[in-house]
Amino acid sequence: MSEQTRNEPRPGAVDAPPADESGRVEQAAARTGRPPSRLAQALASPFARNASLAVVLVVICVIGMATTGWVGDGARFATKPNVLAILRYGATVGVVSIGMTFVIIGGGIDLSVGAIVALSSVWATTLATQAYGPTGMVFTALVVATAIGLVNGLLVAYGRIVPFIVTLAMLAAARGLAELISDKQTQRVTEPGALGFTDFFGGDVLGLPMIVLLFVVVAAVGWVVLNRTTFGRRTFAVGGNAEAARLAGINVQRHTMLLYALLGLCCGIAAIMITARTTAGSSTHGTYYELEAIAAVVIGGTLLSGGRGTMVGTVIGVLIFATLSNVFTLNNLDVSRQAVAKGVIIVVAVLFQQRLARSTGAT
Amino acid sequence: MTAPTPLLTMTGITKSFPGVRALDGVDLDVQEGEVHCLLGQNGAGKSTLIKVLAGVHQPDEGAIRWQGEPVTLANPTAAMRLGIATIYQELDLVPGLSVAENVWLGHELATGGFTRRADARRATKALLDRLGHGEIPVNREVGRLSAAGQQIVSMARALSHDARLIVMDEPSAVLAHDEVDNLFRVIRELTAQGVAIVYISHRLAEIRQIGDRVTVLKDGRTVGSGYPAKTTPTREVVTLMTGRSVEHAFPARRSEPLGKELLRVEDLSAPGAFHGVSFSVHEGEIVGLAGLVGAGRSEILETVYGARSPSRGRVLLDGRPLKAGDVGAAVRSGMGLAPEERKSQALFLDHPVTHNITAASLRRYSRLGWLDRARELRDAREQATSLDLRPDDPRRAARTLSGGNQQKAVVARWLLKGCRLLLLDEPTRGVDVGARAELYDLVRALAASGVGVLLVSSEVPEVLGLADRVLVLREGEVVHEAPAGDLSEAQVLDLVMSGHQDLSGADATVPNGVDA
Repeated sequence: MSEQTRNEPRPGAVDAPPADESGRVEQAAARTGRPPSRLAQALASPFARNASLAVVLVVICVIGMATTGWVGDGARFATKPNVLAILRYGATVGVVSIGMTFVIIGGGIDLSVGAIVALSSVWATTLATQAYGPTGMVFTALVVATAIGLVNGLLVAYGRIVPFIVTLAMLAAARGLAELISDKQTQRVTEPGALGFTDFFGGDVLGLPMIVLLFVVVAAVGWVVLNRTTFGRRTFAVGGNAEAARLAGINVQRHTMLLYALLGLCCGIAAIMITARTTAGSSTHGTYYELEAIAAVVIGGTLLSGGRGTMVGTVIGVLIFATLSNVFTLNNLDVSRQAVAKGVIIVVAVLFQQRLARSTGAT
Repeated sequence: MTAPTPLLTMTGITKSFPGVRALDGVDLDVQEGEVHCLLGQNGAGKSTLIKVLAGVHQPDEGAIRWQGEPVTLANPTAAMRLGIATIYQELDLVPGLSVAENVWLGHELATGGFTRRADARRATKALLDRLGHGEIPVNREVGRLSAAGQQIVSMARALSHDARLIVMDEPSAVLAHDEVDNLFRVIRELTAQGVAIVYISHRLAEIRQIGDRVTVLKDGRTVGSGYPAKTTPTREVVTLMTGRSVEHAFPARRSEPLGKELLRVEDLSAPGAFHGVSFSVHEGEIVGLAGLVGAGRSEILETVYGARSPSRGRVLLDGRPLKAGDVGAAVRSGMGLAPEERKSQALFLDHPVTHNITAASLRRYSRLGWLDRARELRDAREQATSLDLRPDDPRRAARTLSGGNQQKAVVARWLLKGCRLLLLDEPTRGVDVGARAELYDLVRALAASGVGVLLVSSEVPEVLGLADRVLVLREGEVVHEAPAGDLSEAQVLDLVMSGHQDLSGADATVPNGVDA
């Protein structure tokens, strides 16, 4: 099903007179096709796919160790500070990726996540907001981000504009608004009453950075919501077959809107995390988050066409991406070369996924 | 009939879509505990009617009463709340979700938003057992089940709603014989509990076996209602369904001899679709393919056109073999296809009629890549006028045209291209009766000008009335070939169904309903 028809239940499409028996023969023919190879079948189960992703992650770690000294003195990869650095880097994008997983499984896409992170980090760190203290800042970040997500959702679900366009426009608008508010200046968290914010979110708990812990919590909640609640179940249905979901009595439009709002909320959490990590709000925060989050979700095995995906896959996808960047950096690969390598990796991952989907007849 | 208050009464239901009046005054009443059969040819409005009943479409006019009370079915949820469940032929399952998840989709067993998965699995298992299919694994992804398995899941879903009325849209079409028996067992069980069934099928024998009463639709109207399913003579039902007015609309066949051989198909085979098919089409000849859906009609057409590759055999045009599986080669050598799914496979709906007509001939209007738009418009207008395409403004979007005029635009495209062999797949589907006669005249006129036509239609009278020669297909093989004038509707139906003759006509299919 094309992007167009799936995301846009245009009145025309909904009201089209049913084509009596069209396509049934074709479907039957497709079903009787060659059976998928055993390898493809084995790889198709979500568990096996995630296991193979974990293997990829381990291989990257081994490469990291092999190229930077194994363990002990002189080792640069397998050290506690480096591993924490990877996790800290992955955590912020990771939270966005959790929300992105919902939107993509639900058949959508959101390009504006980085801009939402920037805007809410700026809004939460204006002098006026800082005056309300940490609680006020957290509240502001979450409300601003969720509201923007809601606007995206309204335009996609009820305005019937394709999500690509809606969120592309929001990408520009939200980042612009962030620049206006901050006057393109970095807004340090300096107000005496607001220092508790950086102390709390920038600190450690049980030897782990707070933001890493936050990511763990968000991922766990995300997993439960996706796999154990009606909301999660309906997300798969809306992305897998919107018409079937509608016929089953699901309010597809409202559900779609909520998915974008949920992703907005995740962006708000990410904004809090990045503000704590850098002790400042900035309109340049979250640059390329859309790329990294979508990449993590897709590498994690979620179909860009919707209807299929796993939270565990996304988490491993985030870790793969973060670890890879770290290994590149440790090996002194410059940023430009890293960008080229990441682009190639995304394309290869999608190619692999499509072949798998085709050979097993998955849609 | 002095019956108690019907469970459901629909009166004067009308529903229009752009260019088509799908329902034009439908009446239907259903009693508790009965199996009410709905009959009608393709395009008679059955599917639209059940979508109105399911709350998917809202009627433009008409009233719906449920147990005597007027109701509005504003959305699918409203219909389900009343106790109306619908089993569609397709579309209503999510392939990526498991059996249990599909059964409870939209009304999940949940506490505070958290799904009770074990309960759902158990309940699903119980429903499948009740349907006699306890062997279907409740955790299996629905996309991996067979068509029959998916049908069972749809039924389990209907049962999960505790429905008072279950609409079944051709439930037997994808089922094997013993599975149909099982289906009937379930239906009898349900009706004994007072559940009403609206049963749609083309198989008259099934309707005799399971049905109580019959309502017949034709062209969006109820033309007969409340007929006893078991005793109404077949001829009467068929007459209601087909009407005879269309028959007289066919133009006279050509009398002059045919031209030279244009198309020759030799021993064409494709696994699972058709095999060993050979025939030819001459200049000026209309050859019709008749058969059930699944008999390989459309597949043959698509293979001739190069949209599918055969496993064996070849297609020759003017005696020269065509490259298999190459649409470009077929078009270049003078073939044109008007596909069954006009809107999705042939037309650019939001583009002007002009662009639709010139789509295959753009090179002609191109100078170093620049389009000569004035000439394009002039030629398109010329074609539109000669085919009497209405409204007479080729700049209108194709979407705004009626089905018949859209079909004309597709034909015009190939005429402009200079097509010599026209492949027509269900040319009158979605075209109203008046416009059909025009299309028939048009096709006949084309043939008279020397164009060869290969025609596929589910409607036997159409094939017999329009074609010069008819090939009858059954299960992918040509079982009979004869001049159309030598065949009767009954003979053709016998031929397409004769694989089941040993059942003493038990599987006889209603004419025009051959598109089972």
